[in-house]
Amino acid sequence: MAQRAIREYDGKKLFAQNWDKYFAPLKYPFESVLVTSGEELKKKAEEPGYEWLKNKPLVAKPDMLFGKRGKNNLVLFKVNKPGDVTLEDAAKWIDEKRSTETTLLSGQKGVLTHFIVEPFTPHTEDEEYYIAATTLDENNDVLYMSAHGGMEVEENWDKVVEVKIPIDATDEEIEKLVKENLPQDIPADKKETYTNFAINFYKFFRDLNFAYLEINPVVIVGDNVYLLDLVARLDDTAGFLMKDKWGDIEFPTPFGMPEKSPEEKAIAEADAKSGASLKLTVLNPHGRIWTLVAGGGASVVYADTIADLAGGVAELANYGEYSGGPTTDETRFYTETVLDLMTREKDPKGRDKILIIGGAIANFTDVAKTFTGIIQAFEKYADKMKDVGVRIYVRRGGPNYEKGLKDIKEAAEKLGLPIKVFGPETHITDIVRMALEDDKAKA
Amino acid sequence: MGLFTRDTQAIFWNNNRNAIQRMLDYDYIIKREKPSVAAIVAPTSSNKFDKFFFGTEEVMIPIYRSTEEAAAAHPNADVLLNFASFRTAYDVTMDALRFPQFKTIMITAEGIPERLARIMNKTAREKGVLIIGPATVGAITPGAFKVANIGGTIENIVKSKLHRPGSCGLVTRSGGLFNELSNIIALNADGIADGVAIGGDRFVGSVFIDHLLRMEKDPQVKYMLLLGEVGGREEYKVIEAVKSGKITKPIIGWCIGTIAQHFSSGVQFGHAGASANADEETAVAKNQAMREAGIHVPDSFNDLPHVIKGVYEELKGKGIIQDIEEPEVPPIPEDYAKALKAGKIRKPKNFVCTISDDRGEEATYAGYPISSVATPDTGKTIGDVVSLLWFKKVYPRWAVDFIETVIKTVADHGPAVSGAHNAKVTARAGKSVVESLVTGLLTIGPRFGGAIDGAAKYFKYAYDNNMTPAEFVNYMKKQGIPIPGIGHRIKSVRNPDKRVEGLKKYANEFFPSTPLLDYALEVEKLTTSKKDNLILNVDGTIGILMVDMWRALGYSEEEIDEFIESGTLNSFFILGRTIGFIGHILDEKRLGMPMYRHPFDDILYDVKKAEEIK
Repeated sequence: MAQRAIREYDGKKLFAQNWDKYFAPLKYPFESVLVTSGEELKKKAEEPGYEWLKNKPLVAKPDMLFGKRGKNNLVLFKVNKPGDVTLEDAAKWIDEKRSTETTLLSGQKGVLTHFIVEPFTPHTEDEEYYIAATTLDENNDVLYMSAHGGMEVEENWDKVVEVKIPIDATDEEIEKLVKENLPQDIPADKKETYTNFAINFYKFFRDLNFAYLEINPVVIVGDNVYLLDLVARLDDTAGFLMKDKWGDIEFPTPFGMPEKSPEEKAIAEADAKSGASLKLTVLNPHGRIWTLVAGGGASVVYADTIADLAGGVAELANYGEYSGGPTTDETRFYTETVLDLMTREKDPKGRDKILIIGGAIANFTDVAKTFTGIIQAFEKYADKMKDVGVRIYVRRGGPNYEKGLKDIKEAAEKLGLPIKVFGPETHITDIVRMALEDDKAKA
Repeated sequence: MGLFTRDTQAIFWNNNRNAIQRMLDYDYIIKREKPSVAAIVAPTSSNKFDKFFFGTEEVMIPIYRSTEEAAAAHPNADVLLNFASFRTAYDVTMDALRFPQFKTIMITAEGIPERLARIMNKTAREKGVLIIGPATVGAITPGAFKVANIGGTIENIVKSKLHRPGSCGLVTRSGGLFNELSNIIALNADGIADGVAIGGDRFVGSVFIDHLLRMEKDPQVKYMLLLGEVGGREEYKVIEAVKSGKITKPIIGWCIGTIAQHFSSGVQFGHAGASANADEETAVAKNQAMREAGIHVPDSFNDLPHVIKGVYEELKGKGIIQDIEEPEVPPIPEDYAKALKAGKIRKPKNFVCTISDDRGEEATYAGYPISSVATPDTGKTIGDVVSLLWFKKVYPRWAVDFIETVIKTVADHGPAVSGAHNAKVTARAGKSVVESLVTGLLTIGPRFGGAIDGAAKYFKYAYDNNMTPAEFVNYMKKQGIPIPGIGHRIKSVRNPDKRVEGLKKYANEFFPSTPLLDYALEVEKLTTSKKDNLILNVDGTIGILMVDMWRALGYSEEEIDEFIESGTLNSFFILGRTIGFIGHILDEKRLGMPMYRHPFDDILYDVKKAEEIK
């Protein structure tokens, strides 16, 4: 939960929906569609209100949370000359792009799935302005303004004016700050429009709980404002306040991020349904060291220590945590998921696998109760665990921990699983050291 | 001076009973005089106070519906513990900031919108109020005051030496690891003197440097431990303070999240605030920068205990830290619920219930979940519910249908009968449904509706004692009692009561046998031969058929006598007639008739002057 990116299309839709409230009498001709195939685009063109798809020259580009699309040659604005792209051309291009894997200049790769299509807006480079806002620190936001937008904005960063705006600034103060700091090189005839737009752009950014909002370029023609390219992140913790304004907004997985595995998805679904927290990321399914750690802070500490003591993360299989008092059932499901992944194959070098059942001293979580879930999973997976050779190391404290530790030790011994069990008198991460030293002793 | 003293008192926003009890348990073991919670704010509570244990005794803590009222009544409480949810935590804090008595506000909610969190924090800073959190487990000054759940269980608090001041000042971001660090410090040194978990959200009200600068001035703190995290630049403020000499006491530092360096992006390790936006914000870079500034930084988190021990021993060697005399800790009595669960105690029950149970997944009627008898698709009726809750048996169809028939039959008998009349008069006096209903029900007894009981009782007595119908009629005559269930104001042999006809027909068709009804009909032949309207009436038929029903269901005579004696038969009348009474009451409410006053001309006034007795 934090700042999360939204699609360009959704960002523009938010502008369109709130335009009159913030920007009247300026106008924003919102003509934009989000599609996943050429066919969908052509279908859209038959719907009322989307005649422009057939009547106007188009621009198409992927809408998947990555920038520098121009530099990546992923903006279709011409076939032979700028402004000659027809519906048919755009549909064909989209289908072409989504049929193969794309590698960006940054090295990220994946399949393009979402495209934004808009009318081609003829303009010259010197009509391209820049505007952006972000949350800077405890006290201030920053508004960035420049008369030199477009693809080369970073090269022209010295021409961007940065204005710090205190988070509690009044409307008058905002207006004053923008006016006083307006870039000098904005032409006289655009000054007033740009100023009005900038002032209200900041208020829009603030009121809709954006964490970052950038339009580059923004083109001003008379009273019309064209938002040609947009990047935005929302503070998703404000979701409960913004239900009406955001609507059912989507926070897509960034392009190039590996799709979640079925196991990770299953845990994410269980997490969404539960009042407790269940998190799982598989870092390396062939890894030898698996963790089953209670608590967000503790899970980081265990991962850190494994990397420190095992000389890197090559052997670390997963990262994750359970916390907030999960039920016995939830813990059992979580453990089974990890054990299932862990026991699919033997270590190619024939070494034991290590299961770290760690955790700090809990505040509220009943240790015996959560361990009951872990024990149930052991009972189900004991044979497989013995097949691949799992050694278990436990360290935990908190309410009812004595019983929890005793139960898990007895259960594992009964099942014939090698286990070492420690309480709060042992340093939280010391089981990582012990596990690795036992490796050496065995080898 | 530490963050809190032994006199610090808090107002607890939200009646979080477990957390408050933990605070009072803490007060008890450190032998505080006043409880650390002065009052509770619970906007939707209708209670004036709640009770909590203080050792073996109970104390009352007042509850107010607003922070304003609580603050006014407890002007010395200078800490607000804001346990509102992320939806309301901002409003609660902003409201509390109106009252200058609050010096510290702790906010536990995680995920307050960032813009609101920043405004809240800024407003507090401008007013000189210390904010701890959001997204924190709180703070503690050992031996003086602890916030809510920090430190975990009382057993852990004592083990981690959080019940008396040690010499380390502890600041962490993570609340879960705060406990762990307290434990490590207790194991390797002498515990902490002051500790704060600043919270895991991106924007928190007070940061490491705020607390470390306070600890620098606190003579009880001899060295500090800072546990940071990947992301943000707060640790650099500490580094600056060390370099500039603002902080001179030894600091041990570590940032968790060094794992992140091994992964390019995408994996979120830990809190919302925990992601590095620049190289200097990585845990590795911050650990390195702290090391270079002279802060004691271990090579790995696993080595932290050795570093703590080293710093502690060194300060002890120099005489800066002295040995602590461990205070005696009074035992906390075990909680009843916990001890019961552990099988350590037992207690006799004051009540017994054999008909229903609301403890499981779904409440049951005599072992049957309500849903299995409630909706039409279950095929069950009110008669089935009565058989379960009154008799704890599943009666056969013919019997539950009979019960239902009885209830429907007795539901109403017009407005003139005494019960309905009472109910109407009471309703017209402006009383509520339940008040009007009971005035109606209170007339039910030997004269009104009582014939059901009476008929069952006397006919059964006669039948059981093998009296012939003639002997029974004579017997009743000698007793001077009109036979209950016999006679009707209007109905007669030639003008039979259709309700009675219906009941008799049903019994003939569906009851396995009806010996008592057959007997009663013989009696009726005798009585109607004397007077045409001395028929077996509806009350009598019901009472008698109930006895036949129970006999056919296999109850013993003793069991049936017990039903009659305990008023079971009358209960059918009460249940059924309640439907009618409520109808009359609602009718009156809708009609809005004025209060009823009985006319003079309907009363025979025969008042003589009272005789004086000398």
